[in-house]
Amino acid sequence: MISLYMAGGSWAHKLSARAKLVFLFVLSLLIIPFNTLWFSALLLVFVVGLYGSLGKQGLEKLKAVRPLLWMMAIIFLVHVFLGDIEQGIIAVLRLLAMVLLANFISITTRMEALMDAVEPLFRPLRVFGISPRRVSLAVALVIRFVPILLAVYASLQEAYKARTARANSWRLLAPFALHAIKMTDHVAEALTARGGADGFSGENKS
Amino acid sequence: MSSDRSLVQIAFYAALIAALGLVPKIELGLAGGIPITAQSLGVMLAGMMLGPVRGGLAVALLLFLVALGLPFLAGGRGGIGMFYGPTAGYLAGYFVGAIVVGAIMQAMRNVNVVVAACVAGVVGGIVVVHALGVPVLAYKAGLTLEKAVMVGSLPFIPGDLIKVVLAAIVVRTVARGLPSAIATRS
Repeated sequence: MISLYMAGGSWAHKLSARAKLVFLFVLSLLIIPFNTLWFSALLLVFVVGLYGSLGKQGLEKLKAVRPLLWMMAIIFLVHVFLGDIEQGIIAVLRLLAMVLLANFISITTRMEALMDAVEPLFRPLRVFGISPRRVSLAVALVIRFVPILLAVYASLQEAYKARTARANSWRLLAPFALHAIKMTDHVAEALTARGGADGFSGENKS
Repeated sequence: MSSDRSLVQIAFYAALIAALGLVPKIELGLAGGIPITAQSLGVMLAGMMLGPVRGGLAVALLLFLVALGLPFLAGGRGGIGMFYGPTAGYLAGYFVGAIVVGAIMQAMRNVNVVVAACVAGVVGGIVVVHALGVPVLAYKAGLTLEKAVMVGSLPFIPGDLIKVVLAAIVVRTVARGLPSAIATRS
């Protein structure tokens, strides 16, 4: 699967993932009281500037907000409808700025670095017998499963299309779930056969 | 139930929720051809099949991957930005919703599976998701709560109800074909 990450060696790539996450979190709290038009616009300009500092490729990544634009349009229209155009502009500007700023981290940080940065958050899970290693395995499994599931769905769709001339239907959902659940059993068996999630090293819990 | 199997199930349902958000939209003849994304259907299924603990963990794992930058939300969206957008509350709603769906399914294990799935889906998959989603939308978009309900909740209720029915149909099919797959019933 394609992640949002953009390979590169810019200043933003060199910052530590944890520093970037903390900065995002602190900034998101700091801006709460500043609810004016010029501040929101400035914030958006600052964030777009961050993308710009990555060069042309970076500016292209601004497209990531495109799926959110219709939502922004609705929010804006509701404000217009309520007769407060300024509040509408502020709301949209702030949303765009914060979403883009947060995505800036996704773009400039490798997935593994992000995982390492948040690993301490998983340490309390040890109390329940869940090692951070299991979290990593689960993450890898999901990334591997999604394309497989999409392929399963596509093959069901093809069979359905051949028989009905229609492309997609809710009728595909149940066979899709059945296919997929059977696959889970195979993967679980394969994992156990290879020593389980925690591997052969150390104590074997499974 | 070995812990390996639980791990694979959690990962698998996380992937299922992602895949359902990415497959082409399903047009429903019976609803006047409204296209629906099936992502929240996956959330309901995770709770219905796996129960509150594993169902909740499956959603949490998916949200973690989204935060890591993978495009696993409906329409290929992803990134930490999703948790700062207007729909962030719905994501929290998915997590709590899956837990509630699973808990209700478990509590109603002796009731007809379709009835149990419908009740669990409506309460956990709709009421809980919207109860968490709407206030965040109202706050993020600077709207009053009533306006946020009009924009972010009411238009989606018909589609959500259809998804509950679809989830119940899937659960019933699985209950017949692969009864062991429904952890909330065994």
